[in-house]
Amino acid sequence: MSFLSHLINGISLGSIYAIIALGYTMVYGIAKMLNFAHGDVIMVGAYVCFFALNSFGLPPVVGVLLAMLICTALGILIERLAYKPLRAAPSLAVLITAIGVSYFLQNGALLLWGSNSKVFPSIFNNAALHLFDGQLTIGVTTLITIAACVVIMIGLTLFTGNTKMGKAMRACSEDKDAAILMGINVNRTISVTFAIGSALAAIAGVLLCSAYPLLQPTTGSMPGIKAFTAAVFGGIGSIPGAFLGGILLGIIEIFAKAYLSTELSDAIVFLVLILVLLIKPTGLLGKKTVVKV
Amino acid sequence: MLSVQNINVYYGKIHAVKDVSFEVNDGEIVTLIGANGAGKSTVLKTISGLLHSTTGSITFENKELLRVAPHKIVPMGLAHVPEGRRIFQAMTVEENLEMGAYVAKPSSVAAHLENVYERFPRLKERKRQIAGTLSGGEQQMLAMGRGLMSDPKLLMLDEPSMGLAPILVEQIFDIIKELRDHGTTILLVEQNARMALKIADRGYVLETGKIVLSGTGTELLNSPEVKKAYLGG
Repeated sequence: MSFLSHLINGISLGSIYAIIALGYTMVYGIAKMLNFAHGDVIMVGAYVCFFALNSFGLPPVVGVLLAMLICTALGILIERLAYKPLRAAPSLAVLITAIGVSYFLQNGALLLWGSNSKVFPSIFNNAALHLFDGQLTIGVTTLITIAACVVIMIGLTLFTGNTKMGKAMRACSEDKDAAILMGINVNRTISVTFAIGSALAAIAGVLLCSAYPLLQPTTGSMPGIKAFTAAVFGGIGSIPGAFLGGILLGIIEIFAKAYLSTELSDAIVFLVLILVLLIKPTGLLGKKTVVKV
Repeated sequence: MLSVQNINVYYGKIHAVKDVSFEVNDGEIVTLIGANGAGKSTVLKTISGLLHSTTGSITFENKELLRVAPHKIVPMGLAHVPEGRRIFQAMTVEENLEMGAYVAKPSSVAAHLENVYERFPRLKERKRQIAGTLSGGEQQMLAMGRGLMSDPKLLMLDEPSMGLAPILVEQIFDIIKELRDHGTTILLVEQNARMALKIADRGYVLETGKIVLSGTGTELLNSPEVKKAYLGG
């Protein structure tokens, strides 16, 4: 029974990684850049929700929506101010800028909200499901996290497959010049991608802090790096890849913690990534780059 | 309809297009011919806003195109089918066509789609297929169909015959003539000078970024310079 319990916890943690990884992968797909500040947007989302609940006593739903709203605006602003001017710059310059934005957000949070950890309130009641005569206990937070991830995944699949904006995003990620020749406003499409990724980051932040309730300015950085790993693991640029990579990474991490070593669990996670990339450099569901003639 | 006046385009320090001027009138097929690297594609990319001219002007139906955001040029009635087709490989045939109608009124998309399917029945048969799996000829048809989806007044075609078997080249050129006969103005860039000049009302010859000759299709076909340089004697 403990195996099943670890598996469910792994899927739950993996769901959070998957939601974050979706933001990485969508932005990479369309802007061909690694937005290393993405993890810190998660942290901002969690702080917004924390203050909405603790200082203003707003209901959790409002807190989550507010976090999404502010992170969306933040994501658009970051893209506009930091990345857009570098659209034609070498990718290394953009990468360094992204790392800079990451530190800016972390230190901004440190300045505004201090270095003391905040204890994130439990949004979902602490009820749990008891199955098999109480041998298996699943927390409501765990279930909601998994459900949120599934809903987001289905929503994004429908969005990119069926809506005009979603299809335009796929067109831009494949060939920007050709997209311009269709009359697609590429800058706006990139903005929308950042907006969606950042709104997802806010959700991930709230879910993360609901599961691991200590909130501090560096809260987003490790999950951000792991979610980036998950995105590469699944095949960067691929939405189903981010989902699969996130879930698998979560399961591997929890199993490593449970059966091998808590201290080494992170090392094991990255070891798996290295092995996968050695065997399949494009990641599990990644496509080979099409060489244009 | 389209008037290009004294444009100059640079790739870094390379002066790719030098003081080029030409006109396309309503209902014409106008062709730009020239060797590889003469600047033909660069001229088309400058018209559709992917590249910028440092001088001169480009007007389409008396509206200036230089300094207009490139995605705003398609809605004015100008479509560009780029060199190498540049279809969206991972999307289906029909999704590619929908992208072509991105700026069209949503209510008119179904009618445009029907027109394109009528002209290219093969695309209709394969509408659910992933575009990257189409043959070269089918991909060219898709690229042209996608260009037609915005119902353009002027269609710019860049090397539509590239890499196609002779029989398909004939077919593509027949379609270009048909389009002109149905009222679409065509600006055609081709390395296959003979085929292009045969169907063109007028043509311009580009050499290392400069227009060196112009005339009607027949005049250019019979011109000794053109014969020597582009028609194999």
